[in-house]
Amino acid sequence: MSTTAMVEETQQKPGMKREKPKPPKRVKRMALFTKETTLPAIKQAFAMLRPDIQWKNPVMFVVEVGAFLTLLYILKALFGAPESLVSISYFIALDVWLWLTVVFANFATALAEARGKAQAESLRRSRRETRALRLGPDETIEDISSTLLRPGDRVVVSAGFTIPGDGEIISGIASIDESAITGESAPVIREAGSDRSGVTGGTFVLSDRIVVRITSGPGDSFLDRMIGLVEGAIRQRSPNEIALTLALSAMTLIFLIVVIPLWPMAWNAEQYMMGYLGIQEPLKSLGTDIPTLIALLVCLIPTTIGALLAAIGIAGMERALRANIIAKSGKAVEMAGDIDVVLLDKTGTITMGHRHATSFLPLGKYKANDVGQLAALASAADETPEGKSIVKLYESLGNVPVTTPQQSQFVPFSAQTRMSGIDFPNGRRIRKGAPDAVARFIQESGGRVPDNLRPLVDGAASKGATPLVVAEDGQVAGMIVLEDILKPGMKERFARLRKMGLRTVMITGDNPLTASTIAAEAGVDDFIAEATPENKLEYIRKEQAEGKLVAMMGDGTNDAPALAQADVALAMNAGTQAAKEAANMVDLDSDPTKLIETVEIGKQLLITRGALTTFSIANDVAKYFAIIPALFAGTLPWLKLMDIMNLHSPTSAILSAIIFNALIIPALIPVALKGVAYKPLGADALLRRNLLIWGAGGVILPFVGIKLIDVVLVGLHLLS
Amino acid sequence: MFLSTWFLPVALLATTTFIAFPLSKYLAWIMEGKFKAPRFLGWFEEKLDSGPQDWKEYTAALLIFCTALFAFGFLVLVLQPWMPMNPDGKWMLAPSTIFHSAISFMTNTNLQHYSGDQHLSNFSQIFFILTNMFLSAAVGFCALTAIIRAFRGEKLVGNFFVDMWRVVVYMFVPASFIIGVIFLQQGAPMTFDTFARVSTLESPSTQQTIVVGPVAAVEPIKMLGTNGGGFYGMNSAHPFENPTGISNFVNTMAMMLFPFMLVLMYGRMLGRLRHAVVIFSVMLLMMAGTIVWSVYFDTLKPNPGLTGDSVARTYEIPSASAPGGKRTVTVPAVGGLPVDQHLGNLEGKEMRFGTSAGATYAAVTVDVTCGAVNSEHDSLNPIAAISPMVGMWLNCIFGGKGVGMINMLLYVIIGIFVAGMMVGRTPEYLGRKIGAREVKLALIALLVHPIMILGPTGLFAATDWGLKAVSNPGPHGFSQMVYQFSSASANNGSAFDGLGVTYGLANNPAPAPEAVPWDIAAGLVMLFSRFLPIVAPIAMAAYLGAKKRAPQGLGTLRDDTATFALLLLGTILIIGALLFLPVAALGPLAEHLGPIPFGG
Repeated sequence: MSTTAMVEETQQKPGMKREKPKPPKRVKRMALFTKETTLPAIKQAFAMLRPDIQWKNPVMFVVEVGAFLTLLYILKALFGAPESLVSISYFIALDVWLWLTVVFANFATALAEARGKAQAESLRRSRRETRALRLGPDETIEDISSTLLRPGDRVVVSAGFTIPGDGEIISGIASIDESAITGESAPVIREAGSDRSGVTGGTFVLSDRIVVRITSGPGDSFLDRMIGLVEGAIRQRSPNEIALTLALSAMTLIFLIVVIPLWPMAWNAEQYMMGYLGIQEPLKSLGTDIPTLIALLVCLIPTTIGALLAAIGIAGMERALRANIIAKSGKAVEMAGDIDVVLLDKTGTITMGHRHATSFLPLGKYKANDVGQLAALASAADETPEGKSIVKLYESLGNVPVTTPQQSQFVPFSAQTRMSGIDFPNGRRIRKGAPDAVARFIQESGGRVPDNLRPLVDGAASKGATPLVVAEDGQVAGMIVLEDILKPGMKERFARLRKMGLRTVMITGDNPLTASTIAAEAGVDDFIAEATPENKLEYIRKEQAEGKLVAMMGDGTNDAPALAQADVALAMNAGTQAAKEAANMVDLDSDPTKLIETVEIGKQLLITRGALTTFSIANDVAKYFAIIPALFAGTLPWLKLMDIMNLHSPTSAILSAIIFNALIIPALIPVALKGVAYKPLGADALLRRNLLIWGAGGVILPFVGIKLIDVVLVGLHLLS
Repeated sequence: MFLSTWFLPVALLATTTFIAFPLSKYLAWIMEGKFKAPRFLGWFEEKLDSGPQDWKEYTAALLIFCTALFAFGFLVLVLQPWMPMNPDGKWMLAPSTIFHSAISFMTNTNLQHYSGDQHLSNFSQIFFILTNMFLSAAVGFCALTAIIRAFRGEKLVGNFFVDMWRVVVYMFVPASFIIGVIFLQQGAPMTFDTFARVSTLESPSTQQTIVVGPVAAVEPIKMLGTNGGGFYGMNSAHPFENPTGISNFVNTMAMMLFPFMLVLMYGRMLGRLRHAVVIFSVMLLMMAGTIVWSVYFDTLKPNPGLTGDSVARTYEIPSASAPGGKRTVTVPAVGGLPVDQHLGNLEGKEMRFGTSAGATYAAVTVDVTCGAVNSEHDSLNPIAAISPMVGMWLNCIFGGKGVGMINMLLYVIIGIFVAGMMVGRTPEYLGRKIGAREVKLALIALLVHPIMILGPTGLFAATDWGLKAVSNPGPHGFSQMVYQFSSASANNGSAFDGLGVTYGLANNPAPAPEAVPWDIAAGLVMLFSRFLPIVAPIAMAAYLGAKKRAPQGLGTLRDDTATFALLLLGTILIIGALLFLPVAALGPLAEHLGPIPFGG
C-alpha cells in the first residue's frame, strides 16, 4: 500500500483505532500432558497396534514383528519343552517391554495428534453454523444458512453479526473482532478496495455494514483447512521426512544384517567351546536365543527417532499454528528453515508505518519556532498520530504548550480539502496540509504562494519524508517535515537474522537515495527502491538463479506475482484474496515481522529431527557394551571385561538395555513436541553445540541409564 | 627403542603427506586434460576418445571394460599350460581358483588363493597379473574423476577410456618406472627366466631351485596401484620382492601415495582444497590411530602365547541344563617360555626392516586397501590384529585409489544428512540439498560392505565350509574367516593365514578340502563389493550434481572446519563400531581376553 494513502487513511478516520503490529512472541501456551489429550492418546496408542498402521513406519513395524515372534516363542515354550537356559519369566518381561516400545511410539504420535485435535476443537467452536444474508442478483436479501453459501455469493454483514464465510469485502468498511481465530481482542479495520479487504468466516463485525463476496465453499474455509491440517487428515510427509524415513529403514536393514549372522557365529562359539572345555552336554549362550537376538535388534534399530518422527512433524505444524501461521503444507514450514533471503516491506514492517514530525522549516519572515507554534495550534485538536507528533515535537523544542481560545473551531481533515486546522474566534485561520491543497487555500484567501516553497517541498519529498505546508490566513509560514520512523528493536532482529545466516532485503517505494539511508539505519543488507511488482519479481528471480531460497511477506494484490515466485510466501490474513492464494502460508495476525518466527519454526523442526536421529544412533554404542558380553556369557565368559557398566547378570543386562530403549521414547516426547531450543548462533557454533548435547550426550547417557535400570531391577528383586 | 619404533611410521606419514600435496596438483592437471601429450601418445588418446559420456554411459563403459578384463584374465589363466615362458610346464589353476583370481585381479583386490611362485608361469605373471594391476587400479581412479565432474554440475562426466589412458599412461607408467628402478637397484630380480639353480653352501651337490622372474616390474604397480598381489606367495616379506629396509620404506610409501593424492585431487578439481584437507586430516588421524594401535600392541607388547598365564582362572558359566544353574570352569595356569621378548612379538616378522615395520605395514596396507604384506598378520598379537581388521571394515582410511575416497563420500553424505539437520537447514553437500534419492543410493553403497562380510562369515562359521577350513578352531579361527571376507569385501587382498583356501593347480591330488566354496564365496563377495559401491555413488553424484547449487552462507553447514572433521570422524567411528563390534568381540577380543592357550 502506498504511504500517502496511509496518511490519508488515518486522517480520514480520526478516533478509529489503527491496527498495531503485534508483539512478536504471542504464543498460546498449552500444557504438554493434559487430561483431554493424554487419555485419548493412551487409548489411541493401543488401537494403533494394528499392523496395517505400523506398516507405514518400518522401524516400529520391525519392533512389532519382533514382539509378536517373541510371543509365539513364549507360547511354544509354555506348551512345549523348554529349550533355553533362562526362565520363561525373562522372555515374558522381554516381550512386555517390546510391546511397550511400540505402544510408547504410538503414544507419541497419538499425543501430538490429540494436541492438534484439541486446538482444532477450539477452532471448530467458532465455525458454528450461522445465518447469512445473501444478496440476490436483483439485490434482494435472502436469509439462508451459512452452509449453503458458495464461492461468488455476496452476503451483507452488519454490526453484531458473524461473517458467514471467508471472503473479500466488496463494499463498505468495518471494524472486525478476529479474536476467534487470532486470539487478539483488539478489533481490526477491513475495507473494500484496499489491501486489507480479506475477512475470515467466524469473525465478528463490530461496527458498520459491509458486503462480502464469499471466496470459499463450505468445508473449504480457512478454519476447515486449519482443522484438517492439525488433525493430520491432509498431512503429507515433507521431502525431508521421506528421506529420513528412508534412511531409518536402511539402518534397520543394516542392523538386521548385523544381528542375523550373530546366530551362526554364536553357534560356532558354542561348538568350539564344547571342544575346548571337553564337555559332552550341549553348551548354550544367549547368542543363539531368538528372543534375545530380537531384543538386540530392537535396541540397535533407531527406535527412538522412528517412534518420534511423526510426532515431530505434527508438532512443527502445530507450533506454526500456535504462532497463528497457517501453512498450506508441512513442506512450507520446513522450507522456511532453508531460507537465505528475506524480503520485507519497509512500511509497517521496518518502520512504524505512520509518520512523525521531525522538523519545522520556515519560509519568508517566519522563524522555525513560529512555524512550530502555528503547526501546534493547527494540530491542537488533531487526534491522529501525526497531529500528536507535531504537538510533541513543538513541546520537545523547549516551548510551552499552546493554548487555543474557547470558541476556536477545529477543522478536521477531509478527503476533499486534504487539510486540517483551526479557526480562531477572531477570524484567524491556520491550516496545515498537502502542499497543493494549502496552495489552493492561499489563493482562495487572496494570498500568493512564494516561489521558494516548491524546492523546499521537493527536497523533503526526495528524502522520503512527507511535507505538510503550514499557512496562516493568506500566508505560507513554512513546512512540517513528517518522517516514518524505525520500529524499535528492528536492528536487533536483523542482527538475529544475520546470525541465522539470512540476508534481509527491504522493499520500499522510496527513491534509491532515501532507501539507502533507511536501509543503513535499519541495518538491512539490501533494498529494492522504487519497488514495483515487476522489479520485486525480478529481484526474487535473480536471487533464486543464484540458488538462494527467498521468503517474502505481502498483502496486496500487486504482491501476488512476487509471492507466487518466492519459495516461502507469507500472506497476511487481512490481505487480498489474490495474495492469500499466491502464498503458501497465511499469517492470521497479519504481522509483517512474522517471517522471522516462521524461519525459526522451520529451523527448529529440522534441528529436532536431526538431534533425535543423532541421539538415537549414538545411543547404540552403550547398548552394545551391555548386550555383547551378555550374549556370550555362556560361552566366552571373559568378554565380561567389555561390560564397563558391570551389570548384574546377562539377563539383567539385556532387560536393562531394552527397558532403557523403551523408556527413552516417552522421556523424549516433550523434546519432540516442544522442539529443541533454537539459538541463532551461526551454523558452526550451532552444530558444535548440538553435536555435544545430542551426539556426545547420546553416547554417554545410556551408559548411566542402563546401569541405573539394572540397579533398580536388582534392588527390587525383580531379577535373580 | 622409542626412536626405532616410531621413526618409521612417523617418517612414512610425513614424507607421503609432503609429497602428496604438490603431486596432487599434477594429477588434477592431467585429469582436467590440460596435459598436452607428445604426438605419439596423443594419437592414442584421440583414437580412444569416443566422445564425452553422461554418467550412465560412463558407468556402462566402466562395467564393460571390467567384464573384458575378467574375460581376458580368465583366458590367460586357462591357457597357462599352452603359453610360452612356462619351462617347468605348470598346469592350469583349479577352475574355481581361476574364477576367484580373475575376479580378484579385475576388482583390484588381489586376494590370492594360490601362490604366485608355485602356480603361475611368467607369462601369466606378465599378462594376467601385470595387465590387471595397471588397468584395474585405474578403474576406481576413473570412477572418482567422474564423480568429481558430476559434483561440479557437469552433465557429461568425461570419457572413461580417455580417463583410463591418462591414469595408466601419464601416471602409473612413469611412477612405476621410477619405483622399479629403485627396486632394481635394491636387488629385486628382473628377468624372463623362471628359476635359477644354485648349489647350496652345505654341499655343492645339493641343488636349490630359486624362483625368479620380472619381479622389479610387477612390484612398483603392485604398490602404487594398491593391488598387493605378490609375485611370490610370501609377498613383500620375500627378500626378492622387498630386499632391504630402503625398499621397504619406498614400498610402503608407494602404496600410500595415490590414495593420499586422490583426496587432495578431489579438493583441487572441485576448487575446495580446504574441504579436502579436512577429509585428509580425518583419514590421516585414523591411519595414525590404526598404526599406533598395531605397533603398541604388537611391537611394544610381548606375545601372550609365549608369556603364558601365571594364575589359574575361574569362570562361572550359566548351565544349559537348568535355568539359573551355574557351572564353574577353571583354566589352569600356563607357564611362560623363557624367551626374551623386549623387542615385542617377533613371530612372523622380517627383522631386516626394523622392529615396528611389520605392525606399521600391517596397518597401512589395509587402510589403503593394498593388501601386500611384509609380515604374517595371522601372527600379530590378538588384540593388535584388530587394527588391520578395522582398516578393512571402515574401508575409508584413504582406502583404495578412488574407491577409498568414494567410500568416504558416503560417510560424508550420511554424516551431513543425519547431523547436518542440527543446523536447522535441509542437509546440503557442496551447496546441493541431499534428498531421498541420494540418501538411498549412499546407503545402498554403504550396505553392501557389512552384508558381504557378516553374511558369508555367519554362513561359513556354522558350516563345514568354515569349520573344516580354519587351522585354529576357536576365536582365532573365527578371526581367520572374518578377515578373509573383510579382505575380499574391502577389495584389500591381504590374508589372515591359516585358512585352507588354496586348491592349487587343477591336477593337485590333495587340495584343501573346502577350497572351492571359499573360491566361489570370496569371488562373489569381491564382485558385489567392488561394483555396487562404484555405480551407486556415481549415480548419487550425478543426481546431486544436477541440483541447483546454493551459495555458502552463515547458516549453512561448513564442510571445511574442525567441527566438520569431528562430525565426520564421529560418524565413521559410530557406524563402524555398530556394524563390526560384535565380530570384533567374537574374534580378536575373545582371543585376547581369554585364557592361554586359547584360540591358538
